[in-house]
Amino acid sequence: MISIVFYFQVHQPFRLRKDYTFFDIGHNHFYEDEEANRSILNKVAEKCYFPTNQMLLELINRYPGAFKVSFSISGVALEQFEKYNPYVLESFQKLAATGQVEFIAETYYHSLSFLFSKEEFKEQVKLQSEKVRQYFGQNPTTFRNTELIYNNDLAHFVEKMGFNTILAEGANQVLGWRSPNFLYQPVGSYKMNLLLKNYKLSDDIAFRFSNRAWEEYPLTADKFASWVHATAGNGELINLFMDYETFGEHQWAETGIFDFMRALPEAIFRHPDFQFITPGEAKNFYTPLAQIDVPYFVSWADLERDLTAWLGNPLQDAAIEKIYEIEKMVKATGDKDIIHTWRKLLTSDHFYYMCTKWFSDGDVHKYFNPYETPYDAFITYSNVMNDLIETVKEKSNEPVVA
Amino acid sequence: MFGWEFPPFISGGLGTASHGIAKGLVNNGVQLTFVLPTRRGLQGDDKFKIIAADEVHKIERYSKVIQALSTISKKEIKKEFTIAPYFTSEDYVEYFTTNHDVVTLKKIIKSNKGLLHFTGNYGKDLLDEVYRYGIIGEILGFGNDFDIIHAHDWLTYYAGVAAKRSSGKPLVIHVHATEFDRSGEHVNQTVYDIERFGMENADKIIAVSYYTKNIIVSRYGIAPEKVEVVHNAVDKTRKLEAFGLKKKEGEKIVLFMGRITMQKGPDYFVEAAYRVYRKNKNVRFVMAGTGDMLPRMILRMAKLRMLDRFHFTGFLKGLDVERMYAMSDVYVMPSVSEPFGIAPFEALLYDVPIIISKQSGISEVLPHALKIDFWDINKMAELILLLIENEQIAKDIADKCKDDMKNIGWDNAGNKIKQIYESIKS
Repeated sequence: MISIVFYFQVHQPFRLRKDYTFFDIGHNHFYEDEEANRSILNKVAEKCYFPTNQMLLELINRYPGAFKVSFSISGVALEQFEKYNPYVLESFQKLAATGQVEFIAETYYHSLSFLFSKEEFKEQVKLQSEKVRQYFGQNPTTFRNTELIYNNDLAHFVEKMGFNTILAEGANQVLGWRSPNFLYQPVGSYKMNLLLKNYKLSDDIAFRFSNRAWEEYPLTADKFASWVHATAGNGELINLFMDYETFGEHQWAETGIFDFMRALPEAIFRHPDFQFITPGEAKNFYTPLAQIDVPYFVSWADLERDLTAWLGNPLQDAAIEKIYEIEKMVKATGDKDIIHTWRKLLTSDHFYYMCTKWFSDGDVHKYFNPYETPYDAFITYSNVMNDLIETVKEKSNEPVVA
Repeated sequence: MFGWEFPPFISGGLGTASHGIAKGLVNNGVQLTFVLPTRRGLQGDDKFKIIAADEVHKIERYSKVIQALSTISKKEIKKEFTIAPYFTSEDYVEYFTTNHDVVTLKKIIKSNKGLLHFTGNYGKDLLDEVYRYGIIGEILGFGNDFDIIHAHDWLTYYAGVAAKRSSGKPLVIHVHATEFDRSGEHVNQTVYDIERFGMENADKIIAVSYYTKNIIVSRYGIAPEKVEVVHNAVDKTRKLEAFGLKKKEGEKIVLFMGRITMQKGPDYFVEAAYRVYRKNKNVRFVMAGTGDMLPRMILRMAKLRMLDRFHFTGFLKGLDVERMYAMSDVYVMPSVSEPFGIAPFEALLYDVPIIISKQSGISEVLPHALKIDFWDINKMAELILLLIENEQIAKDIADKCKDDMKNIGWDNAGNKIKQIYESIKS
């Protein structure tokens, strides 16, 4: 049997107020653009979460035990569901109740913490797993790191934390001549299973679907299924990983993306050797084909598939170093609100907004960027961070009452 | 008097200074009409009136203009302008020779439309507007109901010279900045030519500082006797009360406020700040303003990892400007080339001690200010440390500079300019 693994990323950052200026430092502790966060969440819910969840629920009911998908929903996204639109949460819970959906663990704050503080990373993964247990009644055993950032160390680290499956980008620099369509194992690991994204087939849906300049346009379910079926005999596992907003948001409903997805399972099932599984089930069907050595970080972002969307220019590096530098000081306050506020500033999107490489992927960056320039993003972030530092310092100076 | 900008619509110091000078003259009994490219709702007041270049059809003495124009044949006009080497803009010559002869001019004036269009901005059509402003100068000159023409900075020099030509009245040009201040050694040749043309055709040149006079003499080949220095001043009535401002105990703020461009030396400020930052963490640096060098300054600051102590505010207006001064403990003006530079005066109004570059006109009138060469970042850092670590010294410097300022007012400047007028009145 050849298996198709769908994994969808759901994430919404807490965006900062663009009008938070130098003059607010020390006086104003309201950092978030509530209005923008609420309206963006509701817009995405309307265009993507509700209709896509409904569609998936119908497909799951149509193919009991056979059609399966998986999600990773960041903790900050879950919080925004609670805060702005609990019905979104409910619709995900309905999917969870079918037993055909796996919920994957990630860092609660969708952060780059693995690169900067292992301790913080560990805590965020725990927080996220708790949230998944609380809402979806599952104990996650599959892990995916923010933006599919991955290397050997990460695999070993999360293996020690008890996860048995991990997802990563099937980047060329990872695979070399090898195919992403098998189950792999991180180098030096015994139990960990590694699923690598088939970026060609994933991006056919996520990025190219509505591109009229693409020679394969329009993409039909039958055509796509034929490409998937073509792997029979030289693959076992087709990993289709993408942002959930692909459905209805990046690819509008008018592009036919919903019709495509609705028709896809039937087209896939026309070949009797194909099935859908969740990432955690892969180990039940396959043994890892080989060990994969990834000494350097890879991610699923941009053409480079590395970390340069979030790190590397002085704005990003200065900001992220500083925010992690104050970790101990922040945690020493023992103040839940302050720690939570600090953690929300770790969310990778803030650093993504500061990215200065505007070239081939620039349009994607711009699409997700509320700021006019990376410099504006940096200034707002710095102002907010400076106020937080002041708040933390004041807190630290308060006498401790025994 | 020809100007280009006027408060509250200002992009730099030119508008503020032109306004101050106009008021100073009026207070010295000079009757004044201020010409601007466009009105932007400004009405003038009982002291002086405002003419907007894009409304010249409205001027009440247009009949005189037409009369004057009628006496000159097209040919003559053409001759006039072809002998002036810089008036070669095709627009300009064409205007007087083909499209806009006296008859069409009459028509335009009688229709209710503006004669020519102006934005009064600094956009990409700036040069065209400068030429067009010259035409307006010419027309207003025909009106011939004044004794002196006074033009502020290169944007208005064509207008001034043209008005002189059509009226025969003496011209004073007021140099607030030269192309060398704005662009260093890489001058825009067209702008330089216009500046030089203005200077050569003026009867007197007023420079805002000896620093600027020196540039006029050495770079534009003007005889020193022709150049008078009248320093700028500051409007001392501007100070608002610092509104419930809570300053953080012990923490000092060092301010750079101005356009973030080569001329203002923001890069030297960042480097000096870093030297201070390594020695004293109880200080914040603020760079207020915007300009083409802003992204580079932000990157450099980030590279130096000062983001917990260095802040960018963007362009500040109105109350925020005053608030910023009021919050500050040291004001630094590291200008690479500053004909005058009025901002340190404003800082002093808020009792902020100042460190200013020697390459500035204002340093000539503030003997007690701390002065540095703009490039001497170590010295700049030392002086910043001196001021933030010694409150008494800081207070002393601010007090002494305020004393220096006592005799500096627009009325005095107006008086001096009036005397210059007297010396050349025909």
